[in-house]
Amino acid sequence: MITAENLCKYFDGLKAVDGVSFSVKKGEIFGFLGPNGAGKTTTINVLCTLLKPTSGTASINGFDVTKDPHDVRRSIGLIFQDPSLDDRLTAEENLDFHGMIYDIPKSIREERKKELLEMVELQDRRKDLVKTFSGGMKRRLEIARGLLHRPKVLFLDEPTLGLDPQTRNHIWSYIHQLRSEQSITIFMTTHYMDEAENCDRIGIIDYGKIVAMDTPEDLKRMVGGDIITLKTTDDEKAEKEIGERYNIHVRRDEKGIHLEIENSEEFIPEFISSFSTRINSINLRRPTLDDVFIKLTGHEIREEEATAKDRLRERMRMRRH
Amino acid sequence: MFWKAVYVICMRDIRRFFREKSQVIGSVARPAFWLVIMGTGFSTVFRSETGTYAQFLFPGIIGMTVLFTSIFSAVSIIWDRQFGFLREILVAPVSRTSVAVGKTLSGCFQSMIQGAIILALSPIVNVRLTPVMVIQVLLLIFLASFALTSLGLLIASRMESHEGFNLIINFLVMPMFLLSGAFFPIQGLPVWMRSVVAVNPLSYAVDALRGVILGVYEHALATDILFMAGFAVVMTTVAVTAFTREV
Repeated sequence: MITAENLCKYFDGLKAVDGVSFSVKKGEIFGFLGPNGAGKTTTINVLCTLLKPTSGTASINGFDVTKDPHDVRRSIGLIFQDPSLDDRLTAEENLDFHGMIYDIPKSIREERKKELLEMVELQDRRKDLVKTFSGGMKRRLEIARGLLHRPKVLFLDEPTLGLDPQTRNHIWSYIHQLRSEQSITIFMTTHYMDEAENCDRIGIIDYGKIVAMDTPEDLKRMVGGDIITLKTTDDEKAEKEIGERYNIHVRRDEKGIHLEIENSEEFIPEFISSFSTRINSINLRRPTLDDVFIKLTGHEIREEEATAKDRLRERMRMRRH
Repeated sequence: MFWKAVYVICMRDIRRFFREKSQVIGSVARPAFWLVIMGTGFSTVFRSETGTYAQFLFPGIIGMTVLFTSIFSAVSIIWDRQFGFLREILVAPVSRTSVAVGKTLSGCFQSMIQGAIILALSPIVNVRLTPVMVIQVLLLIFLASFALTSLGLLIASRMESHEGFNLIINFLVMPMFLLSGAFFPIQGLPVWMRSVVAVNPLSYAVDALRGVILGVYEHALATDILFMAGFAVVMTTVAVTAFTREV
């Protein structure tokens, strides 16, 4: 349904997307996981014909993104990272605008509009101006809008960014429902690890390159065994001691010392009884995608910081009200 | 599909226009203030055989309103870009040309609505209008607004954020507005100022409007119409090209 071959996008020498290749099957949920600025949104913009690739090819639903942009646009639905609703129009008017510009006949439009507004639970707010909506309501309305023309492929760029956990769960249950009902193909980006767990397959992207691509389970298997996090009175000394005594992978940061251990249940009692540095706390857990990301890239996925543009957007909105 | 897209883009702007109560009220109040205050204020220093200063000013105020409405309507694209809605339009399966044409026409309709409102103020300045004159004025407004909105669209397609907006107002819209013959006759101006007036599409719009409303022309009506039409064709072509190229 989606294929990308050696896709590159450079901005004034900055390699935003640097030779990305992947393919997504019909009905699959495929996710790009990576920090901000890794090239996730740029990849989406190229795939949905908003940007021309510097080199490489990509196709969606069998249509080339540079040669048949019109057919590509007809095949896709988008839910953007930043809101893209007209907040001076009502929820219903936003959907009508979308339906008309995608040339959906009025009777079908009315029927789907009703169905989708019910699905995202905005039926009773349909006549309200979007500027009175909360962030979660806006995102739900955007999801309804993105589905109005029954796209074959749905792009979700950070679909739950900045939303509360309840709304996030809500949105994820829609997405799974959609996939089972309409076998829609979903391409999403996220920098939330737990969100990436919802995908069938994940491509981990960093500095414009895919560093690994697999199912969440297989990715986690790349980390050898479990993760033990250790806090001691002297982490530096402890790290040295572990290095001398065991032949294992050790990493130290402000949270403590992290070890990857295969037989952790047997390791811990032996370790505690013979370790000479005083241990303050010890924690054992299964590997997460976070650990996979750190193992592959050597750094953590940083939390979202508001960009200058976001702040400006907020300021503008406040002034207009 | 082309015209349907044009219609949808255009209708959205019109709907938003009427929804903004303050904007609609402002569009009546602003020209009324200009007419009453400026018209009265300058009436003592302005001498003319053809009528009062307020009457001279009346077509100029229409021109001014058309200028501001057209430019603001076109640069609303910058706001759409800033607030994300432009992406919704750009990923839709419609041509960029239909988006540009839709925006231009919405500017024209908004200008015509505002123009009609000002025409309703004509009793204040003792200008008598016939139905034919009203139609002529509205058609002239359409033409002038087409030219000016295209100019605005060209600017908007080159601008990423609203920061450059003040620059446009100060260095393009204000000079166009002041040097259009809307406020004072242009015959007495120094040559360099007159050359600005000569390339300013708004001066032809004001001249044509004054001609139709008061019967006083600087150029022939045909010259005015030809200049505006030529300007509109060139600007629309350039603006559509610029808008199509950008993403």
